[in-house]
Amino acid sequence: MSAATRTYGEYGGRYVPETLIPALDELEAGWQQALADPAFGRELDDLGRDYAGRPTPLTLAERFAPGKRIYLKREDLLHTGAHKLNNALGQAVLARRLGKNRIVAETGAGQHGVATATVCARFGFECVVYMGAEDMRRQAPNVERMGLLGAEVRPVEYGTKTLKEATSEAIRDWITNVETTHYLIGSCVGPAPYPEIVRELQSVIGREAREQIFTAEGRLPEVAVACVGGGSNAIGLFAAFVEDRDVRLVGVEAAGAASLGTGRAGVLHGSRSSLLADADGQVLDAHSISAGLDYPGVGPEHAFLRDSGRAEYVGASDDEALAAFRRLAETEGIIPALEPAHALARARELDQELILVCLSGRGDKDLAEVLSR
Amino acid sequence: MKTLAIYLMCGAATPELAEAAVEGGADIVELGFPFSDPLADGPVIRLAGERALADGMRTDACLECLGATRERVDVPLIPMTYASLLEAYGYERFATAARGAGATSLIVADLPVDAETDLRRIQLVAPTSTDERLKLAAGRTDGWLYLVTVTGTTGARDGLSPALRGLVERARALSDVPLYAGFGISTPEQAAAAAELVDGVVVGSRAVEVAQDGPDSLREYVASLRASIDTTISV
Repeated sequence: MSAATRTYGEYGGRYVPETLIPALDELEAGWQQALADPAFGRELDDLGRDYAGRPTPLTLAERFAPGKRIYLKREDLLHTGAHKLNNALGQAVLARRLGKNRIVAETGAGQHGVATATVCARFGFECVVYMGAEDMRRQAPNVERMGLLGAEVRPVEYGTKTLKEATSEAIRDWITNVETTHYLIGSCVGPAPYPEIVRELQSVIGREAREQIFTAEGRLPEVAVACVGGGSNAIGLFAAFVEDRDVRLVGVEAAGAASLGTGRAGVLHGSRSSLLADADGQVLDAHSISAGLDYPGVGPEHAFLRDSGRAEYVGASDDEALAAFRRLAETEGIIPALEPAHALARARELDQELILVCLSGRGDKDLAEVLSR
Repeated sequence: MKTLAIYLMCGAATPELAEAAVEGGADIVELGFPFSDPLADGPVIRLAGERALADGMRTDACLECLGATRERVDVPLIPMTYASLLEAYGYERFATAARGAGATSLIVADLPVDAETDLRRIQLVAPTSTDERLKLAAGRTDGWLYLVTVTGTTGARDGLSPALRGLVERARALSDVPLYAGFGISTPEQAAAAAELVDGVVVGSRAVEVAQDGPDSLREYVASLRASIDTTISV
């Protein structure tokens, strides 16, 4: 594996300082060993069931979308309230296998930070989470939760003070402490093999949902929809349906952070993908009400799926997401996170009837932001 | 004589600053082409990059800065930047334009040796690099090998990294290319200690800080590094 080996067509690779290459090689080797070891899979299954609450239910949202059959994959009911825990648990087991006892992570909405702090508490790891100062303001409850779980949250005070800078700082920490530290990246982004690791650990979402919807309806969904920031819940959902050519795959980006919709090929945070950048390759600021989607990059596999035509990517505005957020609360008694509210907004308008939506997280963290509008 | 390389961020004052650095005794000037998300850089160079970008120092302006610097000094000039700029400009096109503006070579901080292998450039290695990668980088590098002295980002440290000696010994055993050490070297004492081990020393963050006080301060600072390095005896 190397930066020259672009994992997903033209996208992916390893665009990092040389200092990190041996750690990525070690991670790659450890990951391959783990995949080949039945004990690894069993441990993940056990943790998923006994600790995290898998399988998560599939809920038919009849009042949210009358005349359609929209099923919600309830990752909001997972321990810590979002799909992020699937990845954090898997990488924690991997970090233990690699002999690392210090974890660094970045977080935007705080869900990945909370998931990381949670697994670090559970595994007895030291935990440092980098978070943009603007996101700490927007997602204050999650900052408190991370503190309770024993993590140190380090504010990032420069640039946009959001996920982009938090990710850069986490990577700088990793460069500095690479011998003792595992970088627990939160989405399917970063240098190889991270995008693959995160996709595999999140693919449990799609595997369960595929089986559940087939049991409920006797057929596969016509469309699978998920929100896309870095894209981890979407890639986890899509993974189970990529080979089912009749299932349409739709990713929904925040309109002001449409790395796939309006971006160009470029390099950010260790991989080549589609990103918001100017003609000189300088990365542009993203804008979204949702901290989890407020990121100018996206996982390289999504760029590949877009170019190949297998998945399509559309946008939803802040206002559309807010309307869907309120509607799901009022019609189904489920308060979604603002991130999947983007997916819900587009799902209702689709021509198809049988629709699977990944409800990637719950909305407790967003109440202050929504109520202030 | 050990080589002294000084890093400066591209900007309006850079040609004059480069001239001052050369007057102070710099043998090479590295010119930073700023990138919005510089993963290998600590706070000083990151902030300098943010200021340069705010002043409009995009790729074309940096190439002009390189050309203007070329008119004032005779030493090798080496752009140092990140892959995103080359992706946008085109790797070969960038290399050609930089050469045309007077560059001697190129450093790309986030392009490991096995990426974009057609792009001739100075390769970096770190204390974490395996012997296999050291050998590969030494074989492909353009003129000299850049030894990153620390496991970390650019920026001043209290002392010279203890990791440098081992890295130098491994590199010497594997290759005959000149070795220059950089990252974490800021004081004349550190520069001299590094120069005892290697063929050249690169000073970045501290030079960028001093350059903010103008050419006279920079000339004086570089002269202090030069004097210190010139007292070292090769081992």
